Amino acid sequence: MLLAEYQSKELLAQYGVSVPPGKMARTADEAEAACANIPARKFVVKAQITSGARGLAGGIKFAATASAVKDEAGRLLGKQLVTNQTGATGETVHAVYVEADVKHDAQYYIAFALDPDTGAPLLVASPDGGVEFEQKAQMNASEVAKHSLTGKPDTDRAGLTEFLSGIGMEDEKAVEQLLSACEAFIENDMALLEINPFVRTPEGTWMAIDAKVALDASAAFRHPEWDSMVSGEGLPAVESTAQKSNINFVKLTGNLGVVVNGAGLGLATNDMIIDAGGKPANFMDIRTTATSMDIARGVELLLQEPSVTAILLNVHGGGMTVCDTVAEGVNFAYSRNNGTKPVIARLAGQNAEWGQRILVDRKVPVEICSTMSEAVKRAVEVASGGGR
Amino acid sequence: MAILVNEDTRLLVQGMTGRAGTFYTDQAMRYGTTCVAGVRPGRGGTSHLGLPVFHTCAEAVKETQASASLVTVPAPKAADAMIEAIEAELGVVVCITERVPQHDMRRVKDALKGSDTVLIGPNSQGILTPGTCKIGVMPTVDAKPGHIGIASRSASLTSEVLASCSAANLGQSTTVGVGGDVLHGIGFVGCLEQFRDDPDTKAVVLIGEMGGREEELAAEYLSSVDYGKPVVGLVVGRHAPVGRRMGHAGTLSVFGNLSADEKISLLRDAGVVIAKDAGDVVRTVQSCLS
Repeated sequence: MLLAEYQSKELLAQYGVSVPPGKMARTADEAEAACANIPARKFVVKAQITSGARGLAGGIKFAATASAVKDEAGRLLGKQLVTNQTGATGETVHAVYVEADVKHDAQYYIAFALDPDTGAPLLVASPDGGVEFEQKAQMNASEVAKHSLTGKPDTDRAGLTEFLSGIGMEDEKAVEQLLSACEAFIENDMALLEINPFVRTPEGTWMAIDAKVALDASAAFRHPEWDSMVSGEGLPAVESTAQKSNINFVKLTGNLGVVVNGAGLGLATNDMIIDAGGKPANFMDIRTTATSMDIARGVELLLQEPSVTAILLNVHGGGMTVCDTVAEGVNFAYSRNNGTKPVIARLAGQNAEWGQRILVDRKVPVEICSTMSEAVKRAVEVASGGGR
Repeated sequence: MAILVNEDTRLLVQGMTGRAGTFYTDQAMRYGTTCVAGVRPGRGGTSHLGLPVFHTCAEAVKETQASASLVTVPAPKAADAMIEAIEAELGVVVCITERVPQHDMRRVKDALKGSDTVLIGPNSQGILTPGTCKIGVMPTVDAKPGHIGIASRSASLTSEVLASCSAANLGQSTTVGVGGDVLHGIGFVGCLEQFRDDPDTKAVVLIGEMGGREEELAAEYLSSVDYGKPVVGLVVGRHAPVGRRMGHAGTLSVFGNLSADEKISLLRDAGVVIAKDAGDVVRTVQSCLS
């Protein structure tokens, strides 16, 4: 669950991390009006999307006056912003954040996550922060320094001070700010807290210019306050619908819809489709808790998508998801929507024959294949108009 | 022979009286796993599925000499259950619970320090020694005793690979699901070490995916030892769009965000024979063993 930038900063500010003065706006006029309350000589207008790499994609604009802010906001709002993390359809800009443009003489990349080996909070830092950090860091992982923390400020202070001075951040104020950030990271069950850039101003203060928070959705049960924070606006509509139905669904750009149980099998299926020259319309992973009705809603998303020309059903039944449950789901979706898109099905594992019988008997336009490779090959042919 | 669990394993189930606990205990018993106790705070002294129920793991271990635990406790209390099992010095603890908070796993990791317990999971399909011992949620219809060890990040792909192996008369020594979460117990390296010491395992299949660090660490380990057995690798997600979250939570890691292709090349350099897709594993294993 990703928070928008303004929410991430509000959260950090509550713990004492400095952030530039700023305000959210949903219209160009609101953006212009916001400037009156922001003490600054120059402003930044930032598209509020949850995907990263928005700076490179033109989602951050500088403006010298309130009327220029209005113009920039007008251009950004409603736009589909395509970054290298959004996929080809991009993400709609529903809001912008207007804030003071802060002068700085140093910018760092800062991130907190739990160390996968030890479970301890891990600080990742680089003196080379800013827009293109992630690409640079991928090219040269040694630029990134890591420091393990305990989460107890008094225990961590000395070690953190030494670590930061090693990367040129010899400043007690920076240490305190990052100890506060770590506290926010732990108390709010964050899976990831990224501050990029974390800057030093000419006055010698430190500030989080951008912040990205991924909340650990698994901890939602103890954070009732999250309900009002996570709007789901970042997700395409179909993906929010699927999530509510115990299905992981990621929209892709192809014409072959896929219905698969299990994340690994889903990834494997899409690999095979693309290797066979096909184009998956989505990634799907039916969670083990999904009922037939949940699965029907997932299949409906594909039936209602005009660009989908065929559906590949690839199920390995077992555990709590058995083949007949999935077949029933497909059947529900087809009968409710008078579905006509051809289904190429491969059912294996628990209750495979029963599932096949359901599809055939209930007159789902299905073609049964016995192996994954065969089903993939056939589905790719059918999706591209290869006939039945 | 097998790794971690065998005919001597004595299983207790934490959360046995719940829906998932009842279902999977029943399945394990039908499969032939020696189930000796259930643990459910507040229900000690009762019985369920013909087994005695205890308040705590420690009591259950003392009374029944249980050696392994299956944790079916819901996510909010799963970490405490794992810690209790670790403190009761159970040899193997399998947690099938999904969505255990990451910050809770930090406490579990602390409990594991200096302990001899092998934790499998959370969010794992469990561990299966075909014909002998099932601790987890995996289907068993297609499992067959034999000499292939499987360590996997994906339950669905394990089923797939296992079924195709069995169909080709390649039975399995043990299959282990390391779980789909960022923070988990045993990883590929731990499994590889176990399989290496198991005389009955003739070849190992690793089933990985993009994101996370399992494959990277496995490649490092395999480069550092003379492993002595063929290792076949399948890494899926080769065509998954970069930066998008798909499936397992493990793929959303700032650390080791390697793509499937990068992992494949690391594993190949470490001597792993790569299967090109899920349908190619059997042929690859056969070519290694011939």
